[in-house]
Amino acid sequence: MKILVGYKRVVDYNVRIQVKPDGSGVVTDGVKLSANPFDDIALEEALRLREKGVAEEVIVVGIGPADLTAHLRNGLAMGANRAIHVVTAEAVQPLTAARVFLKLIEKEQPGLVILGKQAIDDDANQTGQMLAALWDRPQATFAGKVEIADGKATVTREVDAGLEVIEAELPAVITTDLRLNEPRFIKLPDIMKAKSKPIDSIELASLNVEAHDHLKTTHYAAPAKRSKGVMVKDAAELVAALKQKGLL
Amino acid sequence: MSKILVVAEHLDGKLNSSTARAVSAAAAVKPDNIDVLILADSVDTIATDASKIEGVSKVLTVARSENSHPLAAVLAPQIAKAAAGYSHVFFPSTTFGKDVAPRVAALLGVAQVSDVMTMEAAHTFTRPIYAGNAIITVEAHPDHAVVATIRTASWPAAGSGSQSATIEALSLDVALPTHTRFIKLRQGNSDRPDLQSAGKVVSGGRGVGSKENFDIIYKLADKIGAAVGASRAAVDAGYVPNELQVGQTGKIIAPELYMAIGISGAIQHLTGIKDAGTIVAINKDAEAPIFEIADLGLVGDLFKLIPELEQAL
Repeated sequence: MKILVGYKRVVDYNVRIQVKPDGSGVVTDGVKLSANPFDDIALEEALRLREKGVAEEVIVVGIGPADLTAHLRNGLAMGANRAIHVVTAEAVQPLTAARVFLKLIEKEQPGLVILGKQAIDDDANQTGQMLAALWDRPQATFAGKVEIADGKATVTREVDAGLEVIEAELPAVITTDLRLNEPRFIKLPDIMKAKSKPIDSIELASLNVEAHDHLKTTHYAAPAKRSKGVMVKDAAELVAALKQKGLL
Repeated sequence: MSKILVVAEHLDGKLNSSTARAVSAAAAVKPDNIDVLILADSVDTIATDASKIEGVSKVLTVARSENSHPLAAVLAPQIAKAAAGYSHVFFPSTTFGKDVAPRVAALLGVAQVSDVMTMEAAHTFTRPIYAGNAIITVEAHPDHAVVATIRTASWPAAGSGSQSATIEALSLDVALPTHTRFIKLRQGNSDRPDLQSAGKVVSGGRGVGSKENFDIIYKLADKIGAAVGASRAAVDAGYVPNELQVGQTGKIIAPELYMAIGISGAIQHLTGIKDAGTIVAINKDAEAPIFEIADLGLVGDLFKLIPELEQAL
């Protein structure tokens, strides 16, 4: 079985994002970029399934500009067998990303597609679900535990009410939540090895996907700031302040 | 001319309050109609509750045994079919809505707007990105249906009045897939208020130190009638179950009172609480970022301060 893994590059989660003063975007020049944390978890899960003998091949997929190859090399260094780079200078929205993945699925015929539940830049939380719809296959979102056996995935999902377990026939789409696993660190020899692993580059335009964007972002703003409050000296003063506000 | 379909969330035969929040977001579009769609195996009490929500024109129900559990692959084709003729389809931005809405949007071939905070116009919305560190204004295509999830913390629940909207059973001719099956749901069995809708929340973080120590948080919460929450660190460490996590990837909440105890305040946590009325922080580290946004801060050892707090109550 092949596993396709979405591997997006985003602004590093430790960066405090600044909105440009003219509201035209956020400052990304010189900002550290990293793999979307949920995608690292997706890749780790795929690698573990390969190590267990459930899968033979793990393919990382990135959609982005020419310099995305350096990022895909990290995925290869982590352990993916090969990478597919769908080249486009424009940022793509989730529906387009899902359509791109569907094209790659038609070609690669994976048994499983694992994506992060959301990317920490646009926080959309859509691509996996959209892909499953277009592919007409099961989705198991927000996965906290995955077991593959007898042609199906048994997935424990982190939902608002608690933990839900569902069963999905393969092929299927899984999206990862935080506690699915702890991704491994890349070791130096693996970085050397990754240099000889293949990256297929495909122009987005050549895939014939409907790639126009339905949503237009017209303005970026900084969030409303909470004003700094006061420090109280002890528990009694805290209770008094809360009682005065009518909260206790 | 807007017509909005709000997809109801429910569990164990009870309507979730997130539905009424999505209705109040729908009302902000000033539409001609707001209809609520309920998919369940048995719809009766859920439909009656939904019919009382102020602003609702009609409650549409689809009662099928396949709808006994909210499986996105099963619900989405029904919702996509029912969405015909509507200008907007809204879901609460809960794990239910986040799971199902994009599947519906893709079936309709339209984009989705996630986590709507405000309505600027019928097709213009604001929503957070980068864990709420930037707010964008987004315009959707005026000729397409808008599928959106509603950031529940940004919207009050629409009132439940004496009105009762018409309830209408829909029969949708849709083939449903059998490739996805529900096995079980393990719920936290708690008599405490629901974290997502509680007026008061007491949350613990890594500073609480262990699963056993978390009792101090539960005790304080019970004393003031609050729900219990936690930071990601506390959930990762196994102190509390996942459904208590507050933050970017957990629950986004807006209680009147939020008490953060032993929580340092990573930006991913702060994004989950910034709409709270009053934020109280108790932490032994005076430099903790939580104090930057707290209305009331108290520096010290939580194991000493919480008993003192309970005494003073």
